[in-house]
Formats: sequence, structure tokens, C-alpha cells
Amino acid sequence: MRLIASYISGLIFGIGISISGMANPAKVLNFFDIAGTWDPSLIFVMGGALIVTFIGYRFVLRRPAPTFETSFKLPTRSDLDLPLIGGSALFGVGWGIAGFCPGGALPALGTGRSEVIIFTVALLAGIFAAKALQRFAASRAAAA
Amino acid sequence: MDTVFTPWQSLGGGILIGAASILLMATLGRIMGATGILAGLLSPSSAADFSWRAAILLGMVSGPVVVMLTTGQMPEIQVPVSTTMLAVGGFIVGIGVTFGSGCTSGHGVCGMARLSPRSIAATVTFMVMTGITVYIVRHVLGA
Repeated sequence: MRLIASYISGLIFGIGISISGMANPAKVLNFFDIAGTWDPSLIFVMGGALIVTFIGYRFVLRRPAPTFETSFKLPTRSDLDLPLIGGSALFGVGWGIAGFCPGGALPALGTGRSEVIIFTVALLAGIFAAKALQRFAASRAAAA
Repeated sequence: MDTVFTPWQSLGGGILIGAASILLMATLGRIMGATGILAGLLSPSSAADFSWRAAILLGMVSGPVVVMLTTGQMPEIQVPVSTTMLAVGGFIVGIGVTFGSGCTSGHGVCGMARLSPRSIAATVTFMVMTGITVYIVRHVLGA
């Protein structure tokens, strides 16, 4: 049942991303190109997703636990630090260059398009590089 | 490259993204964040941890296929950038979301919906930086 719930969540997400335009780099980049070929569609994607989730979470998180687990796995930190802001800034630069974000690209893999595969391979390389860097920094900190 | 303004379709897609986030939280108690799900898939803590992440990814990839089966067309993907820009951009996104602990889905939708200060700061930061980057690429460099 856990896996069926996971699969259906992913499927609804994938259909939503597909019809919303978030998997289409031309639409994504045009959303940010206010000075050029502006297409405001994406405000409806993020606005719709945010309002629905905001309302839904009120009800869901009031329950003692999710259906198939013993507790909700929610991030608890609330401090702002350099990795969060610097990392998010870098993510913005990459998104502005490529036009794909991870949430747009993963469902788009289902189209089999080579551009999506190229982006995703580069994305994975970036994740591995960053994790290696984090491990290196942690081992230096432990040795010092 | 011009694109057509699609408010209703985009709103419908957004509502589905929200519905998926609620369903995953209600059943497994997890954040619907593409970065977190993918990162955990690469280094899962157990077999059970791997399996739910793989099931979500499989569901996501099925999305465009279901759209094609119902409408007769694959979702439109127009790529106005070069292969080099896809690869360089993808690599930078990978580094950024790892250090920033999330992307548009995890911070921008789920984190913002929880009014998390970290997610609000992250979302404002990447939205502004994406806007600046697109401006520089298109209007300063003229790519």
C-alpha cells in the first residue's frame, strides 16, 4: 500500500507538471523574461499548487500521524545559513541557464526526449559533486 | 521563442501538483520535493527507503505517458537553449539544490505552504536569481 500511494502521488505530480508547462523550458524561461517574450502562465502553476497545498496541509498535519508511517518527516530547522542561500542562488543561476528544474525534468524523462536526459545526467553529476564536496568539508572539519 | 499564455491549463496543473503533495504527506508523511526524493534515491538509508522513492519516480515518469494516452499528444517540450547550456545549467542546478536542500517543489510549494522561513528565503533567492540570469543571458549576452 505504501508503494501504491507513492506511485499515485508521483503520477498525479507528473501529470500536473506535464500539463502545467513546468516541464517546458521555453515557457519557464519566458516566465522570467519580463523584459522580453513574457508568458505569465507559471504564476498560475505555483499559485495553484501553493494555495491547494497550504489548505490541504492544515488538515493533514492536524492528524497524529500519516496513514502508513508512525510520524510526519518534516524539516525542523528555521535558521538561515550560507549553504541555504548560496545554494538557492546557484540553483537560480542554473535554472535560468537551462530552463529545467528537478521537479520539471524528472516527469519529463517519460517523454524520452534527449534534452531532458542530458539535463538530468548533468543534474546528477552536480549532486554527486556537491555531496563529495560536503563530505570533504566534513572530514576536514573533523580532522581540525 | 514565443509561448502561448495558458492560465487555465497551468492552474489545473498546479492544483494537481498540490493534490500530489497533500496525498504524499497524508499517506507517507513526506515532503513532495524532487531534490529530496532524488538525493535519497542515490543514497537510501534502507531498502524500504529506496522503494517508496523509486515508486514516486516511476509515477512521475508515467505522467507524460498518461497525458499522451488521454490527449494523443506528449506534453510540449520546447528547448530554446544549446546542449552546452543544458549541461552547464544542469550541473549548476545539481550543486545548488544539494547545498540549498531543495528546489521549486520542496521549498517553493511544500516549504512555503508550511510557512517555513528557510523555504521562503530559498524561494525568494532562487526566483530573483533565475530572473537576473535570464535577463543577462537574453538581453546582455544576447544568447
